[in-house]
Amino acid sequence: MIKPALRDEILLKIEKPVRYLGNEVNMVKKDPTNVDIRFAMCFPDLYEIGMSHLGIQIIYDMLNRRDDIYCERVYSPGLDLDKILREENIPLFSLETQEPVKNFDFLGITLQYEMCYTNVLQILELSQIPLLAKDRDDDMPIVIGGGPCVYNPEPVADFFDIFYIGEGETRYYQMMDLYKKCKSEGLGRKEILKKIAEEIPGMYVPALYEVTYNEDGTISSFEPIYDTVPSKVKKEIEWNMSDTFYPEKPLVPFIKATQDRVVLEIQRGCIRGCRFCQAGMIYRPVRERNVEFLKKLAVSMLESTGHEEISLSSLSSSDYSQLKELVYFLIDEVRTKGVNISLPSLRIDAFSLDVMSKVQDIKKSSLTFAPEAGSQRLRNVINKGLTEEIILNGAAEAFRGGWNKVKLYFMLGLPTETEEDMEEIAILSDKIARLYYDTVPKEERHGKAQITASTSFFIPKPFTPFQWARMYDKEDYIGKARVVNAKMKSMLNHKSLKYNWHEADVTVLEGVMARGDRRVSKVILEAYRLGCMFDAWSESFSNDKWMQAFENTGISIDFYNKRERDLDEILPWDFIDAGVTKEFLKREWKRALEEKVTPNCRAACANCGLKPLGGAICNER
Amino acid sequence: MRDKIRVKFEKTGMMKFIGHLDVMRYFQKAIRRANIDIAYSEGFSPHQKMSFAAPLGIGLVGMGEYFDIEVYSIQGSSEDMKNALNNTMVDGFKVVSLRKLPENVPNAMSSVYAADYTVTIHGDNIKLSPKELSEKIIAFYNQDTIITEKETKKSTRMLDIKPLIYSLTSVDGVTKMCLSTGSTDNIKPELVMQKFCETYLGIEYTEDPILFDYQRDEVYTNVAKEGEAMKLVTLEDMGEVIEG
Ligand code: SF4
Repeated sequence: MIKPALRDEILLKIEKPVRYLGNEVNMVKKDPTNVDIRFAMCFPDLYEIGMSHLGIQIIYDMLNRRDDIYCERVYSPGLDLDKILREENIPLFSLETQEPVKNFDFLGITLQYEMCYTNVLQILELSQIPLLAKDRDDDMPIVIGGGPCVYNPEPVADFFDIFYIGEGETRYYQMMDLYKKCKSEGLGRKEILKKIAEEIPGMYVPALYEVTYNEDGTISSFEPIYDTVPSKVKKEIEWNMSDTFYPEKPLVPFIKATQDRVVLEIQRGCIRGCRFCQAGMIYRPVRERNVEFLKKLAVSMLESTGHEEISLSSLSSSDYSQLKELVYFLIDEVRTKGVNISLPSLRIDAFSLDVMSKVQDIKKSSLTFAPEAGSQRLRNVINKGLTEEIILNGAAEAFRGGWNKVKLYFMLGLPTETEEDMEEIAILSDKIARLYYDTVPKEERHGKAQITASTSFFIPKPFTPFQWARMYDKEDYIGKARVVNAKMKSMLNHKSLKYNWHEADVTVLEGVMARGDRRVSKVILEAYRLGCMFDAWSESFSNDKWMQAFENTGISIDFYNKRERDLDEILPWDFIDAGVTKEFLKREWKRALEEKVTPNCRAACANCGLKPLGGAICNER
Repeated sequence: MRDKIRVKFEKTGMMKFIGHLDVMRYFQKAIRRANIDIAYSEGFSPHQKMSFAAPLGIGLVGMGEYFDIEVYSIQGSSEDMKNALNNTMVDGFKVVSLRKLPENVPNAMSSVYAADYTVTIHGDNIKLSPKELSEKIIAFYNQDTIITEKETKKSTRMLDIKPLIYSLTSVDGVTKMCLSTGSTDNIKPELVMQKFCETYLGIEYTEDPILFDYQRDEVYTNVAKEGEAMKLVTLEDMGEVIEG
């Protein structure tokens, strides 16, 4: 057995020592002296969060299938261990071999949400790797970023050597081969990075690009330094979702992870085209996995892990064409073996109600709708196809079936939003409550209706039709939530309604990180210097420190958040070819302002730009 | 009546840092991986019929840990099921025996009465020859009473743990003890060693640096009838080997 990197005394002192020991079921064991490449894969948050992420498990499995590579894992140490590692100068280590990350060839960091950026710096610093890419010498690992946030990597560009733009399944092998070749030729870090940028599609090496700015602070030019380096980096797409990497033996953590279950990704991408949704744009086109492939995977993953639960994952799962077949298979084949089936949120209809009644306790479970906007007008603006009629019909059917809890999700701060739109959130919630009392006779009710409406604040994201939209101040956001809250209180059925809203501090920051340029890295670095870490956790988030960091660096929040960007402005992420064309996004932005809906990919193609690449759904007709 | 099976396992190496709840979760999944036909409760989220003997604290190695399960059917011999489980164990967990419980044997949890422990000095954090240690341990155990403070939720109460230490010896630097264990009168070896340090070594008991390594060797039940002297039998021996 491998000796832990930490002494017994430390392991006994810290919270959940198992986070740092590895040795989980299905962990890959190799002799590190027998491989050519050592790759540390990192999710920059606590183990329990990171272990729940499917993407990392896919890459872990994929890289470890090769004998010449050993992929290991690393997560953010909790604040207790963080302190000890700093005090005792213990370098951050991988879970598998418990060896320092700084001795690896690569450190891959997945960027799933913007609020993990200070944790990236924590990982680098604890690993004893220079925070700025330009300060790293040939002995340091190559730090490579991936995940959805790399669709605008600029705010963290200074900290990374490479960003892998797109889906992880396609280019890692090729990159590893090139790296080996470069190493055998004795090339140094700079040459290797340049070669990767030149030869491997999807790889963005920020140091090889130069940005200049106009006097008003907008970008004036964004160009590669060498003409051998592509000026546009094309996102990578895995086209064959049914013959590709998928971990049949996922890792099984000892401690309860957020996803303590088998996760089955049934499809990637989404046909819907909601205009606020980045995932719906960057994962285009929709690609379904073959149902037989999924059945086999489900069975083998349950066998290899012993998990007692399986969940289906995708955007808009109701659109998966083989959903019925898959779900009934799971109910008939695996539920009998004591396995729970955790359903994704489904369109409410006869099928989903039947399935829900089979796998959940109706008395405890709730219906979920995500209308995202209160009024039909605003739902047209955001292209959310859910109408009031669909919601009310679905709810009525569910109420008759015995449900009495409904969860509703909305966004505040959407483009063109008026006070009426906000109030409609309360009106719709009230209508649903009233529907319950109208539909279910008194003697058949299980208590009163429980309608919970939650709002988050909208953050415009790159590569969406709303990428040009403005945001608001913290006070404005709170004001919007107050409008909804007041209206809720004034409704007839207010006793059956509950309203939750999110904090606005984080929204403002996320806005800056989501659409910032390279200059924003200064704020992140300064915030980290001031002690910011684990910003995604409300108990460790400090808005004051962040505000101090903006002040110290002279960076303006308003510049990034409160401008409606000009359609001709060079956006920091324009160098990425994400598949969807800028023409399409502009067209959609215009249609949004005209309150026109655009049909989904299955109903009609909106020519977003993916068709020429050969997606199945795009070329069906 | 469904059959009851008693499983004895070891928890060693760095797995000593895994807490009791996580050990339970680990074995729930292991049983599924090994295809043991375990019984489930009714309802929307069925859970396995499983009961652990005595939780082992974080940091202690266990060589004789136990849990009982109920099964719908027995597939194969003790040896077969043991192997099936061991094929899916990680380093540090090992199933050492698997037996069928005769009817009316009480479950693991309620049968626990005593446990054996081995205590060794961590590294050379206490400078003491084996001979000195042995002599001091004997002297310590020869006291008529060993009064300790036992903290309860409301107050600290004085407790004489002497009658709850069923044996205590030290040979070649290895200290062994048998302690009262279970829901009433549960004594931890750390408490014994702490008292020993303070009264016979004149040093403060600390966890950083760690002074001792602890290992639980075996867990017993008491089969004596009312009025008879204590008669300890291992939990394992309460079960019967399933032949192929
Ligand atoms: S090209 Fe058409 S069908 Fe394909 S993803 Fe774009 S809009 Fe959908």
